[in-house]
Parts: sequence; C-alpha cells; structure tokens
Amino acid sequence: MSDPQKGPAAPPVVDPERVDPHEAAAAPRRRFDASAFVPTVVDSVLAVVLALVVGAVLIVFSTERVLGSLPYFFSYPWDFFRFAGEAVGDGYAALVNGSLGGADALTRTLNRAAPLICAGLGVSLAFRAGLFNIGAQGQMLVAGLAAGYVGFTWDLPTGLHALVALLAALVAGALWGGVIGLLKARTGAHEVITTIMLNNVARFVVLYFLGLEAFQRPNSDNKLSPPVDDSATFPAIGNLHLGIVLAVLAALVVWWLLERSTLGFEMRAVGANPDAARTAGMSVPRVYVTAMTLAGVLAGLAVTMTVLGQQNSVTDQVAGTVGFDAITVALLGRATPVGTVLAGLLFGALSAGGLSMQGAAGIAPELSQVLQALIVLFVAAPALVRGIFRIKGRGQGSSVEAKGWGG
Amino acid sequence: MKKTARIAAVATMVALSLSACGERETDAGEDPASTPSESTSESASADPSQQFPDFKACMVSDSGGFDDKSFNQTSRQGLRDAVEAYGMQEADIESNDPSEFNDNINELVSQGCNSITTVGFLLGDSTLAAAKKNKDVDFSIVDFAYTDDKGDNTAPANVKGLTFNTAEPSFLAGYTAAASSESGVVGTFGGLNIPTVTIFMTGFVQGVERYNEDTGSDVQVIGWDPESAEGSFTNDFEDKNLGQSTATEMINQGADVIFPVAGPAGLGGLQAAQDNDVKAIWVDTDGCVSAEEYCDVLLTSVMKGMDVAVQDAVLASAEDEFSNEVYVGTLENEGVKLAPFSDDVDEELQATIEDLKQQIIDGEITVG
Repeated sequence: MSDPQKGPAAPPVVDPERVDPHEAAAAPRRRFDASAFVPTVVDSVLAVVLALVVGAVLIVFSTERVLGSLPYFFSYPWDFFRFAGEAVGDGYAALVNGSLGGADALTRTLNRAAPLICAGLGVSLAFRAGLFNIGAQGQMLVAGLAAGYVGFTWDLPTGLHALVALLAALVAGALWGGVIGLLKARTGAHEVITTIMLNNVARFVVLYFLGLEAFQRPNSDNKLSPPVDDSATFPAIGNLHLGIVLAVLAALVVWWLLERSTLGFEMRAVGANPDAARTAGMSVPRVYVTAMTLAGVLAGLAVTMTVLGQQNSVTDQVAGTVGFDAITVALLGRATPVGTVLAGLLFGALSAGGLSMQGAAGIAPELSQVLQALIVLFVAAPALVRGIFRIKGRGQGSSVEAKGWGG
Repeated sequence: MKKTARIAAVATMVALSLSACGERETDAGEDPASTPSESTSESASADPSQQFPDFKACMVSDSGGFDDKSFNQTSRQGLRDAVEAYGMQEADIESNDPSEFNDNINELVSQGCNSITTVGFLLGDSTLAAAKKNKDVDFSIVDFAYTDDKGDNTAPANVKGLTFNTAEPSFLAGYTAAASSESGVVGTFGGLNIPTVTIFMTGFVQGVERYNEDTGSDVQVIGWDPESAEGSFTNDFEDKNLGQSTATEMINQGADVIFPVAGPAGLGGLQAAQDNDVKAIWVDTDGCVSAEEYCDVLLTSVMKGMDVAVQDAVLASAEDEFSNEVYVGTLENEGVKLAPFSDDVDEELQATIEDLKQQIIDGEITVG
C-alpha cells in the first residue's frame, strides 16, 4: 500500500514523542479545546475504517463460495469479485441493519452498550487515578449475586424493590473494588495481580452460593438462580430498559467528578505522579481506595442491566465478557467519560450487528470480535494508521498510561 | 512509473498463462454453460432429499460455541444431518454469554425459522419465553425439560425437551472400568457440579459398586460421592490444563481408569492417561472419532445421542408431527449407548456388559 520509496523515511517523522505527557494530563483542562480533540477523533474513525477493510478481507477469505471461485480465478476472475463483493456487502449490510436498522435493532444496540459503558467508566476512572483495573468482571459477578438475591427473595413494592436491589449491587461492587484499593494503599499489592485473582475468587464465591438451595430454583440442582421478581425489574419501553439512561447519567457523574471536583483533581494528580501528589499534600492511599470503590460501584451498576434490566438468572456467567470488554472500551475511549460512552455505543452496535451478520449473512461470529480487536489495535497504533492514510503531523498521545511495577 | 508498467506487464502475462490451467479444472462443474443442466439433473435425482425446501431449521448455542467438540457441536451435527437429509434451510447463532440468549432466539424468529433448537439448560428461560410469544415456531431444547413439583411436563405445546438418561451407559462404563482396573482404584471428575454432568458420574459409581457386588472385589471410585453430592470438578469446560492436572492427581492416587465428564477440559484427562499409561473412558461422543489421537487409551465411550434426538425433533416439526412430549434418550431407544469397545476389553467382559445392558432395558436394574 505504501510507496516503497517513501516507506523507510516515514518512521523517524513520528518518532520524537512529547516529553511530558504526565504533566499534560495533570493540568486541569477548564477550556474545551476542540482543536485538540479533532486529531483523536480522526484517528479513531480511521481506525474503524481500517478495521472494516481488514474485516472485509477476512469475510472474503472465509466465505466458501468465494474460495470455491479461486481455483478458476484466472479464467473467470469476475466470479471471484462478484462473490466477494456480495459476501462483504451482505455482511456489512447485516451489520448496519442489525445494529441501527429499526427500533428492535436500536434497542438491542443500546441494551448491549449500557453495561459496557458502565463497566468501561469504572475502568476509565481507575485509569485516571493510575490504576489498571482488570477486576470489573469480579466486581460484576459479586454485585450480580447481591442484586439477584435481593431481587428474587425479598418482597417489596414495585420500584422500591428495584431500587434496593440496585443499591445492593452497588454496595457489593463497592466492597469488592474497595478491597483492591485498600490492599494497594496499605500493602502496595499491585492492583493488576489482586484484581485478576479476585476475579477468580468472585467466580467461585458465586458458584458456592449457587450451590445453596436458597439461591437455586425449586426442584432443581442446576447452578442457576430464579430470575428477579417483576417488582425488581427496571422500567422499560418495549424492550429498551432504563439501563442506557443510567449509563449516560453515570457518565455525566464521572465527568463531573473527574473534571470539576476536588476529588477528581486529586485522582488525576495521583494518576499522573503519585510522588508529586503526595508532596502536594494529597493522601495517595485515600485516593486509591476511593477510586477503586467507585470503579466497583460502576461495575456493579453494569451488571444490574442484565440482572434487573433483562431479568436474566444469576449464573457464574452473568457478567459474560463485559468485564473484560470494558477494558477495551475504556482504552478506546481514551479513559474519558465521553470517549467511553462513544466506545461503548460502538461496541454495543458491533455486538448487536454481529448477531445479524451471523444469522442473516452466515458470517462466523468471531468476526465481530475480530473487528472489535482490530479497531482497538489500530487505535493503539495511531502512527500506523496515519502512515497508511498518509496524514502528516502528530496528534496527542493517548492519555491512557498504564503504570509499571511499583508505580 | 516504469516500475508500475513493468509489474503490470508481468502480472498480465502470469494471469494469461495461468488462465490456461485454471480453465481445465473448472470446465467440469463451474462452467456457466453446464450449470443449468447440472441443477436440473440434481433436482430430478435428489427428489427424496428435497422434501422440505421451504422449512428453515435453526439453532442457538450456549456460550460454549458450536466448535466445543462436545454437546453444542454434536447437537449442531444433528441439525446439519437433518438439513442435508431433507433439503432444509439452516441458520445458526452462537451465543457469547447468557445475556444474549433472548436476542439470539428472537433474531432467528425474525428470520422466519420454523424450528429452533436451543442447546443447554441455561437457555431454558429464554426458550420458554420465546415459545410463548411465537406459537407457530417449534422449539426444542437439548438437556432440559420443563417440569413442575411432581415432575410432570409443563412445556407448552410447541416446546420439546430433549433429555438423556446417561446414567445407564455410564453404569456399564463403570462396570467396564472396575473390571479393567488392576490397581483397584478408578477415578472420575466433572466440569461443574450440575445434574447433567453428575448423572454420568453417579451411573459410573453405581456400575463400579455393581462390579464389587458381583465379584466380591473392592474397587474404589475417587472423584464423586453420590451420597454427599461432592467430588472433583474442574469448574471449567474449556481449560484442558485443569482436566490434565485433576486427572494426574487421581493417577497419583492410584487410579488406572479415568472417566472425565468435562467437555473439552476432559481432553486433558485423556492426555494425562496417555502420559501415565493408564486407561480412560470418554463421554458424549465416540472418543475414537472425535478425539482420535487418544483412541489408544480409551476402553470405550459413553455416547449421548444428541445429534439423533435433534434430527428427530427437527424432522417431526417439518412433518407436522411435533409434540411437547419430553424425549428421554435411553439404552432401549439407543438415545444413549456405549461406543465399540477397544481390544483391551476381553470378550467375556463384553458379554457381561451386554447382559447388564439387557437387564437395564428390562428394568431389572435401576440406575440413576
């Protein structure tokens, strides 16, 4: 694709990095600077385009009819191009149709985006405080168990029941996340290790409780809880439940917290440079604990979308892969609330559209996951994308900085 | 520019020269001129296999996916068999996690499926909900039945549960294992402590107990105690390493026949058996077909005929003979059975097993 004569010269142009990304992140951005935002948007859109191009190639070479036309490519090349075009066209038409075409599709997209946004916000928030929170999965599992238990055993009036179940989820998530913050603050235990370990612990905690009669359906030994009572479900219009509204509200709160509050300033300061923050008189341990607790709350909110929103049973798979996808969503959203919402919507749409690609166009379900992965890959490598599209100049580096050991 | 022109010229030459060899291969089948005649001959000769061209048979997997070498895959094989045998249309959707079940079933309904098969008890609720909303679609669900307190069938008229009494062949497997064991210890482990898994293990234990009664020996089973409902579980159906370490642990405790009931994770158990030169018994499918590389350690396999059950349910739906009666695969209707024995199982033992099988079918032995 790239011109062979210009190729070797390209890398040095992008090589000199900005020297002080930490200071830039720490400085409060009071003014909305549109010009600084545009390059990242361009990068992200180009990354999506590039991912779709690679995805198209994958579709072409995984469609049997297209492969079948290859042996006689040189006699009837048109067959190959026609079949390939049809396969890609059908696939992407199904992708768009399944995610945006009509009320049902939009509902599906929004319902799938809501938990991704909430859990993604949890990861983003921790990122900004310099913590790499891989524990959304575990926080969601424990919170789901709590919400489910309140939802199917307690007997409360409609509305109040949902509220109490929601609170139970938030508290459970907060505790599960807070423990990680506490361990980090008190003992310096690295959050990457503790969150991963606690994910496993959470899964076994859930399995243990699902083994008890109180959490199982009557006359059944399956590890499957009853669904929550109708009184504990979120209000819904058609199939679209309250989840997406809660997700957007959560994004607003996180934005306010990070950009406008003292606590948020402290988080960003600690995230940028804990030593400097300590010298400036901030309590680093307090920030760690608070950040992880809030991350847990947001993860807890995410799981209520499935347990209370869709009335799904609590199982050890109740969090699906949302807890891990949330990390990708947060990275793609560059750990900002707006970015996370947009990334969450994109991933929700890909997931909803991927379903139609599979059902209507017969494309392997892995493809929508590959698309997501490619998007993230290209977003993480802006220099590559800019090189391919021959865009001059350099945008802001990613504001997400994972801390090294002991950071 | 010169370079580009040169490359283009070379490419053209290559294309022209290759087109010569391409043509020969394709004249037979893909030539547009021959297509019409071929399709007419096909429709004329293949009439019986084109019975239901307008019937659309569909399937939703659980989060294991259709390539799990286990029950999703076997179930889809049944769907594929039906589609190929009767010329139906097909659509499949793989679920990534339980929150997608409702959407996935609804998507298939909106695509005009006539029959939808869902795989696994986790889809029980979603299937029932969809069935109540779409009374003109026939639903069948693998490994699940809708029952009330008394065990009576509560499924609506358009939902069929497909269940399997795998305790019966597992009983025979347990007997075989006990008779083949030299150390007097056999081991079993499961993927998760749920009824569809432990039913195998319970049957296995009962088979060993029967052997002890019949011969006065004292073969021990490690890994499952039906009384306390506790045992060894990998708590994972995917991770081969977990299966391998669990089985190795059992072999270290003296077990010389391993019975893993953990889907793909159980393959690790076969690996451990192979490494330590002990025997094993596979489940769900004939291990000598689905996991050929381990065939040398397998005494036999407990086969769960999900493919046959699914195919029958789909065919019944297409023929308008669908009922909500729960299907139970047994030794009698061959919905469950043992795979052919390996050479390690002598003929005397095979005859005993055949005898026991008949006793189970006749109801003289109750298993489970």
